Amino acid sequence: MGFKNYILVCGGTGCESSRSDQIYHSLIDEAQAQGVSDQVQVIKTGCFGFCEQGPIVKILPEDSFYVQVKPEDAKELIAEHVIKGREVTRLLYNKAPRKAYEEVEDIKFYQKQLRIVLRNCGSIDPENIDEYIAADGYKALEKVLFEMKPDDVIEELKTAGLRGRGGAGFPTWMKWNFTKQAEGDEKYVVCNADEGDPGAYMDRSTLEGDPHSVLEAMTICGHTIGAHHGYIYIRAEYPLAIHRLEVAMKQAREYGLLGKDILGSGFDYDIEIRLGAGAFVCGEETALLQSIEGHRGMPQPRPPFPAVKVLWGKPTVINNVETWANVAQIINKGGAWFASIGTADSHGTKVFALTGKICNSGLVEVPMGTTLREIVYDIGGGIAHGKRFKAVQTGGPSGGVITEENLDTPIDFGGLQKIGSMMGSGGMIVMDEDDCIVDVAKFYLNFTVDESCGKCAPCRIGGKSLCNILEKITQGKGEESDIQQIQQIAHAMRIGSLCALGQTAPNPVLSSLRYFPEEYQAHIHDKKCPSGKCKKLISYEINPSKCIGCTACSRKCPVGAISGEVKKPHRINGNVCIKCGVCKETCKFGAIEIH
Amino acid sequence: MAKLSLSDLRSIREREEKNLKKRDIHGRTVHVVVAMGTSGINAGAKLTLNTIADEVEKKGLDNVIITQTGSAYPNPEPVVEVFSPKQGLVIYGNVDKETAVRIVNEHLAEGRILEDKKIELKEEE
Repeated sequence: MGFKNYILVCGGTGCESSRSDQIYHSLIDEAQAQGVSDQVQVIKTGCFGFCEQGPIVKILPEDSFYVQVKPEDAKELIAEHVIKGREVTRLLYNKAPRKAYEEVEDIKFYQKQLRIVLRNCGSIDPENIDEYIAADGYKALEKVLFEMKPDDVIEELKTAGLRGRGGAGFPTWMKWNFTKQAEGDEKYVVCNADEGDPGAYMDRSTLEGDPHSVLEAMTICGHTIGAHHGYIYIRAEYPLAIHRLEVAMKQAREYGLLGKDILGSGFDYDIEIRLGAGAFVCGEETALLQSIEGHRGMPQPRPPFPAVKVLWGKPTVINNVETWANVAQIINKGGAWFASIGTADSHGTKVFALTGKICNSGLVEVPMGTTLREIVYDIGGGIAHGKRFKAVQTGGPSGGVITEENLDTPIDFGGLQKIGSMMGSGGMIVMDEDDCIVDVAKFYLNFTVDESCGKCAPCRIGGKSLCNILEKITQGKGEESDIQQIQQIAHAMRIGSLCALGQTAPNPVLSSLRYFPEEYQAHIHDKKCPSGKCKKLISYEINPSKCIGCTACSRKCPVGAISGEVKKPHRINGNVCIKCGVCKETCKFGAIEIH
Repeated sequence: MAKLSLSDLRSIREREEKNLKKRDIHGRTVHVVVAMGTSGINAGAKLTLNTIADEVEKKGLDNVIITQTGSAYPNPEPVVEVFSPKQGLVIYGNVDKETAVRIVNEHLAEGRILEDKKIELKEEE
């Protein structure tokens, strides 16, 4: 007998950390215990993207979208939904049941999305190669091995206009073509899965949810350029993605989709995983290739470009995970189809990891040309807790802030560059009025200073100096000349650093300086932090007209800085106060103010 | 030697596609709802549901969604609703195994309503 219900449980890292693995097993156990295991199939899928509401469980064919599910809910889901056919209303996203034959109501979070890269995430079991094959998997490889010539593949990518999704946006077909034309009998294919931007997890989710899409694309590339060996460079901090990749590679080898004489075509190809230790600089391709060879991950001068001569001194194609995940679709549906999506400058879609002060944080994939406003307000649901929007940081520590006035800029490679940010790998961090822009710039700079490999002086020394200046400003010791000095150092770093890490490290500072000069001025001139973040520039005070003397704050204060008699207004001793903010969170009357 | 030939891969895809398609709810327009409350199950709705599911699978009807609902229906149970965009909502009563097979073969597969089994019911509360 066929299954009547299919239960899809999100198996992304986000949901797994909220015990989705336990939910998965509880559902199987409960189905068994309640005697319906022959009627229901429980499947662990990749990330649904709607991480804010995780763990997510979706039951088909009713398309019931259950959110924030706990392992304890498994019993009820099986008893109520599967056996009695009644949706468990309290766990539904929209909390309202609907009649079975009503139109499937779309959740706003998904309405403006278009899923190409994430097409299989949340719908197939990533640890089952048969499901990938069923979803048109390895069809593109068939086509490439038996119907297309290598030049046709490159031509298709050229028509598609696919550009590298790792950040720089270099045309993928050109990379492949250079390597194809490069002389040599040994060539390599590399997948850059060293995702390091704070808050970005697109690549991790793609590998966790659809590992075969990357393996298939790398094999296609191998055949096209004449390589027989591929490497996936992934950080050891992604254990689940590594596990899924290993399972996928094992299954592909069992089927002979990796290994010798693939599908009887005579083409040999295999892939190896190389674990990185999680250094941000190893996302830079020359550093990454050094690390694969077993050297210290430090960037190398270019030329020679990887396409011509790099890994083990051989020509190498290196693409980012998201770029790879587009390839099979382009071969299947044609370059013209891909080119019809997006803008003139950038075709296709882009996956963003939407995080920060936003209602619906999660993974979103939108056509290029979607505006930031649509992403933040329509998909993201706006700013959390009714606060005011301040800015979005795109491009991670190499990018910049985008403010209210540029929210309607269509997002593509060129568009973001024009407004002083960059596409980057796709991290998107939303800030609200409570975030201090100088503090944010300092955060990013601290990150790049930590992650700098130390090879070039402009990056090593420049970054640290910039950090010191920002630290000074946030401590209220800023001087007028600091701004000019920031610009000078930034300029030196930009022209003097070898790799993109150093060249772009000053971007967060420069871009925040460009859009929020008044906030820097407030710190430097008035010694004030308008958003109340910089501790040295603020003081907590109790408004005596609002304080009723409930003593709640004085009991919570970790340093005993608050004194006063019961039922009489209290006072904060500024010399003792460590500005931790606990009193403000505790006070129910809004009596504690930041000055 | 290749482990999997091209035709092997294609037959795996063909086989698995059918399974995966069962999960795909897009483009499915016909909905069958079986009332599975306590009284419905008592009247044999479980057999009805299983029969419909089996027959739909046998016939390979891929535009059908089968779901369950609670009771809220008076007699004559087991009750089955069939909704299709063309014919709207039709409700059947006393759906035993034999009728269940007929619903699939006649109504779902060929679009002929089983007039003898049709009942008129007020909408559930």
